[in-house]
Amino acid sequence: MLKLKKPELLSTAPSFLWLVMFVLVPVAIIFAIAFRPALPAGGIGDGWSLNAIRALADPSYPALFARTIFVAALTAALCIATALPVAYAMARLTPVWRSRVLLLVIVPFWTNFVIRVFAWQQILHAQGYVAEALRFLGLLGENDRLLGNLAAVTIVSVYTYLPFAILPLFAAAEKFDFGLLDAARDLGAKPLRAFYSIFIPGIRQGVITAVLVVFIPMLGSYVVPDMVGGTGTQMIGNKIAQRNFTDRNLPEAAALSGALALLVLAPMFLRRRAKEA
Amino acid sequence: MRPSRVPLITLILVLVFFYLPIGFLVLNSFNNSRYASKWSGFSTRWYERLGDRPDIIAALGNSVKVATAASLVSMVLGTAAAFALHRYKSRLQDVHRLFVTVPLVLPDILMGMSLLLLFISFGMSLSLFTISIAHITFCLSYVALVVQARLQDFDFNVVEAARDLGATKVQAFLKVTLPLLAPGILAGGLLAFTLSIDDYVITYFVKGPGSDTLPTLVYSMIKKSKDLPVINALSSIMLIITFAVVAVSQRLTRPTPVA
Repeated sequence: MLKLKKPELLSTAPSFLWLVMFVLVPVAIIFAIAFRPALPAGGIGDGWSLNAIRALADPSYPALFARTIFVAALTAALCIATALPVAYAMARLTPVWRSRVLLLVIVPFWTNFVIRVFAWQQILHAQGYVAEALRFLGLLGENDRLLGNLAAVTIVSVYTYLPFAILPLFAAAEKFDFGLLDAARDLGAKPLRAFYSIFIPGIRQGVITAVLVVFIPMLGSYVVPDMVGGTGTQMIGNKIAQRNFTDRNLPEAAALSGALALLVLAPMFLRRRAKEA
Repeated sequence: MRPSRVPLITLILVLVFFYLPIGFLVLNSFNNSRYASKWSGFSTRWYERLGDRPDIIAALGNSVKVATAASLVSMVLGTAAAFALHRYKSRLQDVHRLFVTVPLVLPDILMGMSLLLLFISFGMSLSLFTISIAHITFCLSYVALVVQARLQDFDFNVVEAARDLGATKVQAFLKVTLPLLAPGILAGGLLAFTLSIDDYVITYFVKGPGSDTLPTLVYSMIKKSKDLPVINALSSIMLIITFAVVAVSQRLTRPTPVA
């Protein structure tokens, strides 16, 4: 029999039991309630039913899932493309400036998330300065809007997730041996070539982490498409909220959440396989 | 060959990109006009208007209550978790580590949805209590992360020394381990506090009617396009509070020489 020391049990039990009760059990309940019938009044009925699962065959869902994955992937790609040179520049700063700039990067993501998205809603507003300037330059039609489209959702998503991409890349870049870049240049590599062939592979683990910390939460994105998007930019998260709070159909909301959970688990599983390989 | 300037320029542009919306918001909170697109003179009237909104004050009170409960409980649970994860290597800790990581990677909407279904399944009515449980759950993992980082630099020989000098286990823990780790635990608690104050999605799912926190109230005000300039004023005040908390926690997490 497995023998555990008493102090280990004592220090492990509180958080372990809490997480079982409020993370593991709830996630299991999502999958259970997806197989329950919905009551017209908005509750969960007795017995079992496949109605909520069948509802996943909704003809609008493939487009919804594709859009969600596309926006999440595009946001992750833009975040990485921007964060790579930023992490490189930060790692080359003097230690004093490095911690100063690090603080500057962290502070905006400690300010209220809803408020940051709200600020963008005002900036991209149809009568805002940006829209007026673009109209003046003839880049925006008289009746075109900056809000309500996938571009707005992507820009604001990049804004909210960029710090999450910068931090792991910076942590990896800080440990990178920049002498390797000088060596590559001495051997005749152009700076851009050295950046792609030496720097990026050198901080590979940081790149993987950065992709995951942007891509996975983006799959469950809800606030940004709700606030700066429109009817054509709905993501899975919006649909879950709609099923839950507007249609009051908890089993269908649970079935969608279960599908999203499986979608989220897939990249984590792939990462585990990649690590073992 | 001169090193490329592209990375440094990107860094500067990104910092501008980060602060422009925040600056815009603060500037607009002093705009006399009701509309963000027209500047019609300096005014503090939106700040004065804040005082006439008992719902905002009540929501702020709720946010502070939940954040206080969440940070205190998650400090205890998270510190215990960090200790266990740092001290012991076993199958149990492998599973424990996995459990602690899940809330960090689970999208907010899934956490909110799953907790809502849990509370409904157990017939619990939604209130500040259910919000606090949800917040403790995600704060716990962040506190564990911060305290674990602190433990990596922690010299357990100091504790051994105290034991050799005759301190009991409890005495050694209370008089040596805890005071030395206090800054790390406190920094974890502050992080928990700001995460709790900031949370919208999870709160929205597990809040009952009438138990609004500041983010959920602000969100519904934005959705109804009601009193938008007042939100600017409120946001600016919250920004100042956040900066103050960041400054304090910077001081706490600054590496201190171990005596």
